[in-house]
Amino acid sequence: MIERKDLISDFASIGADELLDAAQDFKGKGYRLGQSCATKIPDGIEVLYSFERDNVIKNLKVTIDDKAPELRSVSAVYGYAFMYENEMHDLFGIKFKDLSLDYGGKFFKIAMETPWNPALVKGGDE
Amino acid sequence: MAKRTIIPFGPQHPVLPEPIHLDLVMEDETVVEAIPSIGFIHRGLEKLVEKNEWPEMVYVIERVCGICSFGHGWGYCKTIEGNMGVEVPPRAEYLRTIWAELGRIHSHLLWLGLTADGFGFESLFMHTWKIRETILDIFEETTGGRVIFSICKVGGVRKDISNEKLSEISEIIGNLKVELSELTDVFLNDVSVKNRLVGVGVMTKEEAVEFGAVGPTARASGVDNDVRRDGHGAYGELSFVPIVEAEGDCYARCKVRIREIFQSMNLIRQAVKQIPCGAVSVVVKGNPSGEYVGRMEQPRGEAYYYSKGSGTKFLERIRVRTPTAANIPALVHLLPGCDLADVPMLVLTIDPCISCTER
Repeated sequence: MIERKDLISDFASIGADELLDAAQDFKGKGYRLGQSCATKIPDGIEVLYSFERDNVIKNLKVTIDDKAPELRSVSAVYGYAFMYENEMHDLFGIKFKDLSLDYGGKFFKIAMETPWNPALVKGGDE
Repeated sequence: MAKRTIIPFGPQHPVLPEPIHLDLVMEDETVVEAIPSIGFIHRGLEKLVEKNEWPEMVYVIERVCGICSFGHGWGYCKTIEGNMGVEVPPRAEYLRTIWAELGRIHSHLLWLGLTADGFGFESLFMHTWKIRETILDIFEETTGGRVIFSICKVGGVRKDISNEKLSEISEIIGNLKVELSELTDVFLNDVSVKNRLVGVGVMTKEEAVEFGAVGPTARASGVDNDVRRDGHGAYGELSFVPIVEAEGDCYARCKVRIREIFQSMNLIRQAVKQIPCGAVSVVVKGNPSGEYVGRMEQPRGEAYYYSKGSGTKFLERIRVRTPTAANIPALVHLLPGCDLADVPMLVLTIDPCISCTER
């Protein structure tokens, strides 16, 4: 028999300049990067990073400007973050500084025009 | 330095079950770099959250994958239940576990068949898929569907399986074990099969952790990681220890999946013996608000589900991070150094599901 461990899913908002240090801190404590994604919100773009250890998921939210979305990549800490960050770059137009493996906007080749960020489309509105 | 050439591999290729494109930078017959691109079958399923009410989204999320459709439906329901604090009846948890393990058997058998096809062993491919057909028949009899089941809902499941039918399923699974044992012998001991798999695409435990690999891909490299260990569903009441192999090559990835099929069969038989009586769903009132991140062990590995509720019938965001998305970094790092002829085996043995990854 396995002892049941209920999943804990916590959320915290942090500033963009705190993200890399926070990621480093999580790595030091043995957390894995579970996923990362972006969400368009009225005030900009919300980027979510989920770190997991022993069925506890710590989620960090960073809100960035949608007119010039830019964020420091966490791929220096979690190498495999390049997959999520290339996806967010291609679909949401977020530029990641110091991305360890940058496919230059050619990772997600979809039929629709990207990024899906009205603020980045010339003359676009919501 | 040898002259470098680029060989485009995919998205359409005889050994590729899924449309991923790889630009393989070659020096003679050796891969020196692999540049992936995806998106050819992107369907925008997450965007549909704006048009579908959250109870209906389970039908959309199931369609993330035609192979682990039950698992994705359960993952979504589990996340919304976590968000809303819904307690699911124990019988429903057992039924979900049984369907999820049937899904794992079906997925691994599908993968074994495709891999046999990939290394040119057509009769092995056909025998494997013949066994898989029996699992699909069980799905059809118990849910009405062979690919998309629509059986899971927030708060439980839509339909019960009678105890007589469960005993019958247990017996069918017992008979399949015998048939599968013969195939296992070929997959694990045939010289021509071993020549294609042993020592190919080795990923050490340290590399698997560094590249963030999940599921059988990681467990074949000695990473003892399986979401089922948290005891969700009925797993907490069943005897379960993750299957782990240490070699980290294509053969180990094949071996883990074969052993997991037998393990899933055991889990189903245990669950059938222990399943309690009672309701299979509860009424769920209200709408999700706030955020929640849940995870599930799909056949290909750990999947993440992020939901952001608005307190209305429409969620603000749903995000599915599939196991293949987590295994692509491992693939990109594994390919350099391998022979061109081994590329298909390396790609196949991470069991890529690209339509899931693109959603």
